[in-house]
This record gives sequence, C-alpha cells and structure tokens, in this order.
Amino acid sequence: MTLLANPFRKTALALATAAAASLTFSVQAAEVEVLHWWTSGGEARAANVLKELMEAEGYGWEDFAVAGGGGETAMTVLKSRAMSGNPPSAAQIKGPEIQEWGELGLLGELDEVAEAEGWDELLPPTVADVMRHNGSYVAVPVNVHRVNWLWANPQVLAAAGVEMPTTLDELFAAGEAIREAGYIPLAHGGQAWQDATVFESVLLASGGTEFYQQALVELDPEALGSERMIEALETFKRLRELMDADMSGRDWNIATSMVIEGSAGMQLMGDWAKGEFTAAGLTAGEEYLCAAAPGTQDAFTFNIDSLAMFRVEGEEREAQQALARLVLEPTFQEAFNLAKGSIPARPDLDMSGFDVCAQQSMDDFQRTAEEGGLVPSMAHGMAVRADVQGAIFDVVTNYFNSRDMAAEEAARRMVNAAQAAL
Amino acid sequence: MDNVIRRRTLGARLGRAMLYAVLLLAALFYLLPLAVMLITSVKPLAEITPGTLLSLPREPTLAPWGKAWGEACTGMRCEGIGVYFFNSIAIVVPAVLISTAIGALNGYALTKWRFKGSELLFALMLFGCFIPFQVVLLPMAQTLGWLGLSSSRAGLILVHVIFGIAFTTLFFRNFYVAVPTELVSAAKLDGAGFFRIFWRILLPVSAPIIVVSVIWQFTQIWNDFLFGVAFSAHNTQPVTVALNNLVNTSTGAREYNVDMAAAMIAALPTLIVYVLAGKYFVRGLTAGSVKG
Amino acid sequence: MSLSSSAARPTAGSTARRSHSGLLQAWLPKLVLAPSAAISLFFVYGFMLWTFVLSLTNSRMLPSYEFVGFAQYARLMANDRWWVASTNLVVFGGLFVAICLALGLVLAILLDQRIRQEGALRTIYLYPMALSFIVTGVVWKWLLNPGLGIQAMVRSWGFENFRFDWLVDPDMAVYTLVIAAVWQASGFVMALFLAGLRGIDDSILKAAQLDGASLPRIYWRVVIPCLRPVVFSAVMILSHIAIKSFDLVVALTGGGPGYASDLPATFMYAHAFTRAQIGLGSASAMLMLGGVLAILIPYLYSELRSRRHG
Repeated sequence: MTLLANPFRKTALALATAAAASLTFSVQAAEVEVLHWWTSGGEARAANVLKELMEAEGYGWEDFAVAGGGGETAMTVLKSRAMSGNPPSAAQIKGPEIQEWGELGLLGELDEVAEAEGWDELLPPTVADVMRHNGSYVAVPVNVHRVNWLWANPQVLAAAGVEMPTTLDELFAAGEAIREAGYIPLAHGGQAWQDATVFESVLLASGGTEFYQQALVELDPEALGSERMIEALETFKRLRELMDADMSGRDWNIATSMVIEGSAGMQLMGDWAKGEFTAAGLTAGEEYLCAAAPGTQDAFTFNIDSLAMFRVEGEEREAQQALARLVLEPTFQEAFNLAKGSIPARPDLDMSGFDVCAQQSMDDFQRTAEEGGLVPSMAHGMAVRADVQGAIFDVVTNYFNSRDMAAEEAARRMVNAAQAAL
Repeated sequence: MDNVIRRRTLGARLGRAMLYAVLLLAALFYLLPLAVMLITSVKPLAEITPGTLLSLPREPTLAPWGKAWGEACTGMRCEGIGVYFFNSIAIVVPAVLISTAIGALNGYALTKWRFKGSELLFALMLFGCFIPFQVVLLPMAQTLGWLGLSSSRAGLILVHVIFGIAFTTLFFRNFYVAVPTELVSAAKLDGAGFFRIFWRILLPVSAPIIVVSVIWQFTQIWNDFLFGVAFSAHNTQPVTVALNNLVNTSTGAREYNVDMAAAMIAALPTLIVYVLAGKYFVRGLTAGSVKG
Repeated sequence: MSLSSSAARPTAGSTARRSHSGLLQAWLPKLVLAPSAAISLFFVYGFMLWTFVLSLTNSRMLPSYEFVGFAQYARLMANDRWWVASTNLVVFGGLFVAICLALGLVLAILLDQRIRQEGALRTIYLYPMALSFIVTGVVWKWLLNPGLGIQAMVRSWGFENFRFDWLVDPDMAVYTLVIAAVWQASGFVMALFLAGLRGIDDSILKAAQLDGASLPRIYWRVVIPCLRPVVFSAVMILSHIAIKSFDLVVALTGGGPGYASDLPATFMYAHAFTRAQIGLGSASAMLMLGGVLAILIPYLYSELRSRRHG
C-alpha cells in the first residue's frame, strides 16, 4: 500500500490548505489569473516553466485550467466571465477571435513590452498581425504549430515497399501498396476537426496556396464554388478508401498510436502528434518519419497558440506585462516548445536542441514567411471567424460521412456556409 | 401481491426460473459498464489499446487510482482530483440543504394552504425543471456579476439552489398531497399557526421524502459540470471540472486507466449514497403514494 | 399530538388577537411562496424572455442589441443541421421515454414478486442514475466502439460476422444515445414504479382476485391504471433528462458521425458559444423550448386537472 500512502497524505495536507485558503483570502503582491487548457502531463510541465519564471520575479500565478474541445469549454467559460464583468488577466485565445474580443473593447495593450523587446523586428509580419488589434499588440504568441504534416511508420512503408509520398498521387499509390501488405494505409479519427484538418491539406495540395487563400481565408464565393473546389472535395472523399471503417469518433491520439504500433502506415496530423511519438520513446527521422503533407512542401499551415491580455489595472497590469515579456523570452520558448512538439514563435532561437522534424519545420516557416506560402489554418481557427469555420466544418464532415452527397452539392453548401455569416 | 396463492406446479416453477433469468440478464446489462470501468482502471497502460474491453489485466495495478487521486495533472496543478473534493462538498452541502428546505416549505404551502391560483403557480414553477442550463448560462453570468457574486462559491451555490427549487417543490408537493388534510384542519381550528403546523405535524412524517429530495439534489449538483466550470474561480472548482481537465486534454497524452479510475473516484460519493440509501429512496417514494 | 390540549379556550380578549394572527396566517403561505415565485419569474421566465429578445438580434460572441427581426429564425429554418437535430430529439425523446417506462414497469413488476436478493438487484438497477452523463457517455462510447467494444468482443468469441457498429453509422448513431440514456435512467423509473406498486391498496387487489381475475388481467386492468400518478412523475423527470441531454451527446458521439446524432441542446451550445452566434443559438433555444412546452403543457394540464378531482 505504500504506492497509495504518499498521495493520500499529500491530499490531507492539500485539503487542509485548501480549507484554510478558502477561509482567508491570500493575496500576493501582484498576480495574474491565466485561463488555458494545457492540462496533460507534458503540457503542464512545459507551462510550469512560465509559472516559475513569473514567481522568480515576484509575481503570482493563479492557474485556471479548463480542458475540452481544443479550448471550446474554456472559451465558453471566458465568455461567461466576461458577461459577469470579471474576466481573467490572460486567456489562451488565438486567431481571428482575438480581433473579436478586441472589438468588444475588453483587451489591454502590450505596446510597451513590444517596443522594449523589439517584437516588430522579431516576429514575422503574418504572425504579428494576428497579435495586433487596431495597431496595438494585445496578445503574445506562445508557439507555432504546423498543421500540414504527414507522419509515417518506416517499417510499414518498408514492408509495403514504398517511400514517403510527396504528391497526392503518390499518396494514393503508397496507400494501395500498404493495404496490399496488410496494413491500414491512413490512420484517421472521424471527428469534425480532424476531417477538416485533412481536407485543408488536400485543398492546399490540389489547388495550391493561392487558391487556399482565396477559398478558405478570403471566402471568395467564386473560389468556393469552383471546379477546383469540387476536385479537391472529390480527392478528399477518395482518401476514405485509405482509412479503416472504425474511424468514426476516434480520438486523434488513438490514430497516432495506430501508426506507432505499426497497424497503420501514415497519418495526416499537425505537429502535436510528435508528442505521442516522443512519449513512446521513438526518434524522429529514424523510428518515425515526418514530411510535409503530400503536395504541400511549399506551404506552411500555421496554428499559433497565444495568450491574449485583458484590460486590467494597477499591480495586476504590472504582472501581466511581465507575463507577456516572459512568454517570448528564449527560456520559456525553448522549454515549452520542446515539450509540445511545436516550434518557437521567435525565429531567432537556436534550434540545435530540437529534433529533425522541428528543425525542418522552422526552416520551412522562415522560408515560406519570405517566399510566400505561410497560410493560416482554417481547421484550427486561424483563418476565419468561429461561425464560418463551424459552418464549413458541418459541410466537410457531413460530406465526408455521407453515402451519396455529390461534391457539387458540397461545394454549393460551402458557398452558403461562407455567406451565412450575418 | 402477498396473498396470491402460489401453486407449486411445474409451470409455476418454470415461470419462477424465467423470472430470475430475466432479472439476472437485466442485471448484467446494468453492470457491464461498471465492470468495464473497473477492469480498465486497474490495467497498465500498455494493455489497454491492444486488448478488448473486458479482457482481464495480466498485471493488475492500483497505480492508476493513486495517480488519479493524488498526482494526475488537472491544469498546471498535478495533484490529482482529491483536492477538489472539498470544493464539491462545500458547494453541494449548503445547496442541497437550502433547496430541500425551500422545497419543503413550498410543497407545504401549496398543498395545505391552498389559495386561488396555487395550482397554477405550481404548474408555472414546474417549468423551471425544463430549462436547459446552456440557455441560462450567459444571463446567469450577467446576473451574478450584478450581484457581485461572480466566480464565488456563494454565487455557485445560489445558482444550484435556484434551479433545484423546481424539483424539490415537485417532490414535496406530491408527497404532502397524500398527507391527510384532516390533521392540518384540526390543528388550524385549534389555533396553530403556519410554521407550528409544519414543525409539529408535517415535518415528522417527511423523513422519506426528505431522503428522496436530498438524494436527487445531491446527485444533480455533485454531477453538474456546466455551472461548475462557468461560475467557479480557479480555487473553487468542483471535482467534475477537475475530472474533465484530466480526461479531456486536447493535444496531450491520454492515460485511459487513470481516466477511468478518476471517473470512479469522482462518482464514489453519489454511488455510495445510492447503494446505502437506495432502500430509503424507494421507501420514500412509496410513502408518498400511501393512501391514508 | 398535543396541540388541541394546549389551545386556550377562546375568550373575548383573544378573539381580537386571533383575527390579527388570522390575517397574518392568511398571508404567510403566500409570503413563503413569494421568493420561489419571484425566483421562478426572474430566473426562468425572465431568462426565457431575454433569450427571446436575443433571438431577434444580431448577437455574435457576446449579446448586442442590434435588432434584425426574425432573420435568425429564417437562418435556422434553412440550416440542415438544425432539422437533423430536431428530428433526433423527437426520435430520441420518444424512444427514451417509452422504453424507460416500459422497462421500468416490467422490472418493477418482476421485482415485486417476492424475489430473494431484491435489495441487491434493486441497487444494481438503480446505481446508474448516480453517475454523471459524462461518465455514462464515455463508457458507452467504448462499449459501442466496433473496434474496441462489444462487436470486437463477440467477434473474438468466434462470431466473425457479428455487427454492432451503430456508433459509426450516420443512420443509427442516434439510437446509441437511446441505449446509453435508457441504461442510466430506467432503474430510477423502476424504483418509482416499485414504490407505486407497493403503495397500491391490497383491498382492491383482493377484491379483484375474489372476482376470479387472472394475474395478468389484474395487472392490466387494476394495477396499471393505479400507477397513473407515477407515470406522470416519471414522464416529467424523463422528459427533463431528454431535453437537457447535452453531456451524453458530447461524451458519447460528439454529435457525429458528421452531425447525424446532434440534438437541439448541443446545436444551441455549439452555435451560441463555440461559433459565437448567440443570436442563432437563442433562436434555436426558443424553438426547442417551444416544442417541448407544446407537448408538456397539454399533458400537465390534463394530469393536474384529473388529480384535483381524483
């Protein structure tokens, strides 16, 4: 029973402390309340680095974690807190949603910190634009995820006698070979966001970066209803042939574990999948392979986690400014991104401590930032507003799961989805 | 049914055997998920994905339970869900007591002191049962803000009381309807007042329905997630929020055995209540329908 | 009961006092009910009204008061997902209530037959109600998963062609919700019916037996009609569970595959919160509540009326 003795003893102490704390209200000099959903063991350890940095400077950290739905529940809680007039100091908000909160006048600005730390020079313009509202910085980026990755198990590929596919055609060919060899070609989880993640990579490959920009970022109805869209949708639907029948509702990490174990050959997923491979003790480039999603080598679909700051005053503001500064400092950036599988938001960081996939990711990030091809991920809330994203999700997932919906019908619904926003 | 003469023919015995068979089959249906949860919670992680749900663990371990209680990460705190128990208790106990008390008084007033429109009032109050919590989330948040109770324990208790009153009133009203009015009328004639009659006559016989109401409210409030997550601050989060943080990590590793152990731990209080008080529950519901 | 002995004989002086306290006594019940009535008025009806107002506005992430008439309702009517969700509610709600009532009644009747270990069996049937819907959803998601759960298990026993993949079938997914919900709530209904059965006056039954009625006939003609108030309570509670079914959908199917198993409660939540479309979400909430009330008001009316006379 010694296994249990420690946690229970700790609990008694914790309960007593909690009881005491709830009776008295202990206020530290200056503290921030941060709403986030970094709740797994690895994420918690990574985020704790930030908390310790804050505490080392004498600021307090009130942790307000709410897991679920990639931030869905956390955002609901945030709205409820905002309605009650009591928002937290900072919250994990990303993409266009930052602009929506800014429009409500609830965000505080970080220009002092930005100037002192030189954010304008440090961050690529695409990234900086997301963090600014009306010209002022209101959020600070924590990391950069790349969404258009292909992950593979080299042994399965070898057994099927194929190489990592670099185009969509090669993907289908490799898939067939893998299936002949007795494995599942493409591991997938049938959830709306996963369907959309795969779809946007297919669209990017089949239609090109400019088309992606027109269709999924600018929501141009002509692009959305065009032949190219129909083609992309049909290719997307064809990918179903490479997946297994039980994929509906499957969590993304179970799909990744199928690749890790070797029952499936490949998976199209963002770079957080790397965390699973690392946790299983595998080495990048040797025991698992990573490459840009087929056909998207010149594109980088980004998904940037960021902490948006709310309008606060006094000591809380001081702590908040310190928080913003510490987030972009090398110490936190390195620790957090090593654990998360993403790359640092500051391109000037030394990447030698990162694995080959991350290094390639950073190279591609800088290259596409300069040459074009750095596009926001629609599936992860970086490109369009939540309601349009949701409507597109509905179309994509419904089309993917339906038995008889034609691609033309789906394209037509996409046009409606984009226009439905009031 | 006690007075039915049972003839010990073959047909009757066969019928009896069938009876037990059906009941046992039903029992299996109800127990299957619990079995799955228990088995999964003692499997080491490596055995979970390969095997099927009911395959017994080759190396059963209690480590997931220990981890769920004291070490699992629920945010940046990695102290398991045990520490959140106190929060849940601090919310549930006052909310249950207050809503039960109010429900009792309401039921009493509606049935023993009928006035014009009291039935209509009851029917109108009953609609409170049906309003989905998602609908009231934002207006409630705004109201709590006006009252200065945002993100406080008192605010959350208030919310649970408000939305529990419809149910407790329903229970008590249905129960008191069956209590003979003659006793109350006699007491009224003797000059006893409102509260005195309640205290002396109705309360003593209310034990069964109090049990029903307490069990129902306890379960509802203990298991509530939505209000708990929206209206609590970082240090008053109930155990359901902690469980959600543990189980629903979006892009992190998932340990299903710890998840199941944590779900069982979080469900233990309500399970214990149902197992121990189950018979009082039925007794309470029975007593409510006794015709005097 | 010593109230009668402690009452003083009415004297001239105390009559005046009696009429004062009489006035207070007349008002006291109303005073006691007033807070609950006020709460109901504000927090239930007030909020419903506020939701209605919002459904007429252009609210996105947080409420705004820019009125757009019935545009949100028009959008709702044109929304395929909404129609799927509404149909699902009818199917799910109807099946859930009907099966729970039937199963609960049957189990109660069976348990009432002087069973040994009645207590243990009753606990086994009742305990699922103690669990939160999230837990129920998670466990049943596993059980119904073709690759991990029941289908896999039965196949591993040798029945290679056994199929039970409703969870991943868009046409059948909604029925998985019924299975899990029935599992959770039928035991509670059984307890209600058991209590009701035990509360039936023996004299009525004896009379029926003396008349020579057979057991099934007794049940059908005498017992079940006596259980009408129990059915009322059960329907009230079951309907409330069906309407509020949010956690179950999120945990069990996530509304999927696609949105084939979506329900109005999850639709409303997804649009009001996740998609920052409070206006549309409010419209869906109003329609959901409206539909529910349309069914429940007549039922309530008929039951409460008959109760008064019964």
